[in-house]
Amino acid sequence: MADEVVLLDFWPSFFGMRARIALAEKGIYYQYRDEDLQDKSPLLLQMNPVNKKIPVLVHNGKPICESLIIVQYIDETWKGKSPLLPSNPLQQAQARFWADYVDKKIFPSLRDTWSTTGEQQEAARKEFIEALKVLEGELGEKPYFGGDSFGFLDVSLVPFYSWFYAVEKCGNFSTEAESPKIIAWAKRCMERESVAKSLPDSEKVYNYVLENKKKMGLE
Amino acid sequence: MADEVTLLNTWPSPFGIRVRIALAEKGIKYEHKEENLQDKSPLLLKMNPVHKKIPVLIHNGKPICESLVIVQYIDEVWKETSPLLPSDPHLRAQGRFWADFLDNKVLDCVRKILLTKDEKEAGKELIECLKLLEGELGEKPYFGGEKFGYVDLSFIPFYSLFYSFETFGNISIESECPKLIAWAKRCLQKESVSESVADPEKVYHFWEQRKKKLGLE
Repeated sequence: MADEVVLLDFWPSFFGMRARIALAEKGIYYQYRDEDLQDKSPLLLQMNPVNKKIPVLVHNGKPICESLIIVQYIDETWKGKSPLLPSNPLQQAQARFWADYVDKKIFPSLRDTWSTTGEQQEAARKEFIEALKVLEGELGEKPYFGGDSFGFLDVSLVPFYSWFYAVEKCGNFSTEAESPKIIAWAKRCMERESVAKSLPDSEKVYNYVLENKKKMGLE
Repeated sequence: MADEVTLLNTWPSPFGIRVRIALAEKGIKYEHKEENLQDKSPLLLKMNPVHKKIPVLIHNGKPICESLVIVQYIDEVWKETSPLLPSDPHLRAQGRFWADFLDNKVLDCVRKILLTKDEKEAGKELIECLKLLEGELGEKPYFGGEKFGYVDLSFIPFYSLFYSFETFGNISIESECPKLIAWAKRCLQKESVSESVADPEKVYHFWEQRKKKLGLE
């Protein structure tokens, strides 16, 4: 019986991009559904009644929620191709630790850099740059965070690259100048079809950010 | 070569209790080092330079940080005894989802109750979260089904804080969520749990002191 895979998503969502990349890495055929977050579909509310958020992966009618949980589910269900988590438990733990770091440090600081002003924005910008530098240290001289192979942590972080241009314009700084190795790593990831097809165009993201800032009365 | 396992922890931390239960479930011998978070040891700062927090598990000299990451690590390394996560990917995803719910939605309420003046409002929000968890438990003896598992382990340490939540937040968990109390008592019958959880009265006094120091009472 063929697998039925649906992804409930929202095109600028970095969390959604993680799921898209994982599905593409595994070569899984799926139906993509873009949600209107101001008018959530009955399907989304049924599939994620607790958080009512995207992304949601629906596999043969059963929902899986939360992007990192979805990526691990995809990795465990479609084991044969492109393993994302390493098999060694210590390396797995390290990958999970750093993905959690991305969620705790990169996500909120990036969000606050574009959506706030004044002192709050300044503090967010500093935290974002600091977090990128810490990640740059973790990357070291490796081609990917996973080592020689593209892996779980690469999937977890690379979606934010599509937002760098927007955040640089809002925060008035250059990620290339602050963390050149991260930019080199991101460009290396973008050479992979799974990543290039899953990330939206940076200008499109920037326009989305500008629209939101207008709505929030920030510009 | 015998495994060398050390846990850097502080006694009131529900996150540390998760790790203690996991180690006890697997029958692993370890050294417990109590940290003073006002004066962190050089070992803690070396082993968790990024967050400088407990718990930290040190296995043969290598550190693992973040309680749920540690618990999954323990489950994978000591696979043969008392599996915590199920083998089915969908059930694993569900287990991880509810543990994540605890560390986001529930923890937000917990922080507000313990560290702010919005205790009563946060108490009401906490009851909402607990009712969702009670719904997920349903008629099962454990969140894991017939056996104690990952979600049970992730949640039961918060039981030590229920008395504090009720007193500060002006709520009654027993009357609002009786099935959760029954579940907690069931978990406490396990040696791995009863030996690892902190005493609720002791925990309450700890947070009462902390609130006084922060000028919240």
